[in-house]
Amino acid sequence: MSWTQKILDGDIRAVARLIRNIDDGLSEAREVLKELYPHTGRAYIIGITGSPGVGKSTLVDVMIQNLRARGKTVGVLAVDPTSPFSGGAILGDRIRMQRHSTDKEVFIRSMATRGHFGGLTPSTRGAISVLDAMGKDYILVETVGVGQDEIEIVRSAHTTLIVLVPGMGDEIQAIKAGILEVGDVFVINKAEREGAQKTRQEIMVMIEMNKERKIKGGWKPSIFLIEAIKNEGVEDLMKGIEEHRTFLLKKGPDYLKKFQYDQAHMELFDLIKQDCVEVLHDHLKRSGKWEQYIQDLVHKKTDPYTLSEEIIAFHLNGCKAP
Amino acid sequence: MSKERKIRILVGKPGLDGHDRGARIIARAFRDAGFEVVYTGLHQTPEEIVQAAIQEDVDLIGLSSLAGAHNYLFPQVLELLQEKGAEDIVLIGGGIFPDEDILSLKQRGVKELFTPGAPLDGIVNWVRENIKPR
Repeated sequence: MSWTQKILDGDIRAVARLIRNIDDGLSEAREVLKELYPHTGRAYIIGITGSPGVGKSTLVDVMIQNLRARGKTVGVLAVDPTSPFSGGAILGDRIRMQRHSTDKEVFIRSMATRGHFGGLTPSTRGAISVLDAMGKDYILVETVGVGQDEIEIVRSAHTTLIVLVPGMGDEIQAIKAGILEVGDVFVINKAEREGAQKTRQEIMVMIEMNKERKIKGGWKPSIFLIEAIKNEGVEDLMKGIEEHRTFLLKKGPDYLKKFQYDQAHMELFDLIKQDCVEVLHDHLKRSGKWEQYIQDLVHKKTDPYTLSEEIIAFHLNGCKAP
Repeated sequence: MSKERKIRILVGKPGLDGHDRGARIIARAFRDAGFEVVYTGLHQTPEEIVQAAIQEDVDLIGLSSLAGAHNYLFPQVLELLQEKGAEDIVLIGGGIFPDEDILSLKQRGVKELFTPGAPLDGIVNWVRENIKPR
């Protein structure tokens, strides 16, 4: 049986191996992804992001519970950081979700960033496609613990949750640019702690100040106070996510098309970027030119701007460097 | 994008035994050796461990056991792996095992068992020599 058929049939081992092949950048995996592409686009993708320790994995655990109670099938991708020194990683998000391991309708996969910035891994989009093609209704994507600017998840998810905890900084944090601008739903976890209402107030002010709502199709982000570990407030949060989903659907085909348009745009853009860099870098390394270029730069014989222009001019005939 | 196969290892503790320091130290040593470690934590049933190992597509499962239930739990993990057609995933153990148990567990298919005093380097080297990522 072909890889593609196995994935479409939901063969767990095939799915697990394919995600690994994507992670490891094997060319066979790419061929399968090509075949799977027409079978994707059915799952609803929810991104869960926030700083380390705010309770993302615990929240994912109770979200799985909630979705399963409604009879939905769930795929989970949980990202943890790779060590910049050894290249190894400890992937520990799963600890919080292990009780769902034996549920056949739940597939959980831990992934390491492998040097990628942005909150996800280079393989996350491919892995989402695999879980989508295997027929999961919902795919929950938990980013690595992020700071302020890792907003890659927004390009992959229909609804993005920003998870916060009370008392993490003052009013000025909330008016900065970056991650707080991209949330569709704000979740204040550990809401039993002091300052939960104040945090809520600050987020509310931030949301209210954005009167035009040009981005996100006019959606006004919602805020939920929860205690994930006690499963408190999660029901309401899930309703809030459904409201956003309904909003997206109600915006009509044009808006969804725009959403798909933006996603397709970013997907192609990122892939070309990745492919070009890889192909060029490999080629230059093999021909020994790379080493020469680096030496020239170190000795200030040339500058990186000129070099990059020359490389582009030479290898991408017809394309002019910017 | 990296083109090398990375070794992926599941580290966990089956059963009721709650002492996870050893498991965490070995997880850390594996991380420092450049492996990707899926840490599933405490109180795992053999079923949970095997399902996680399959979903995570690991090459190796390393179980820590200090409470004496290894003769029951380890063979069960092996059986479940076989049942699910995943007998290519290697099982090793670390902890306190009497000599006669080591012999019988190895006969039943546990690839290696490490006992107190086993140096971290030695365990990492064992993995490098014996585990070829698929």
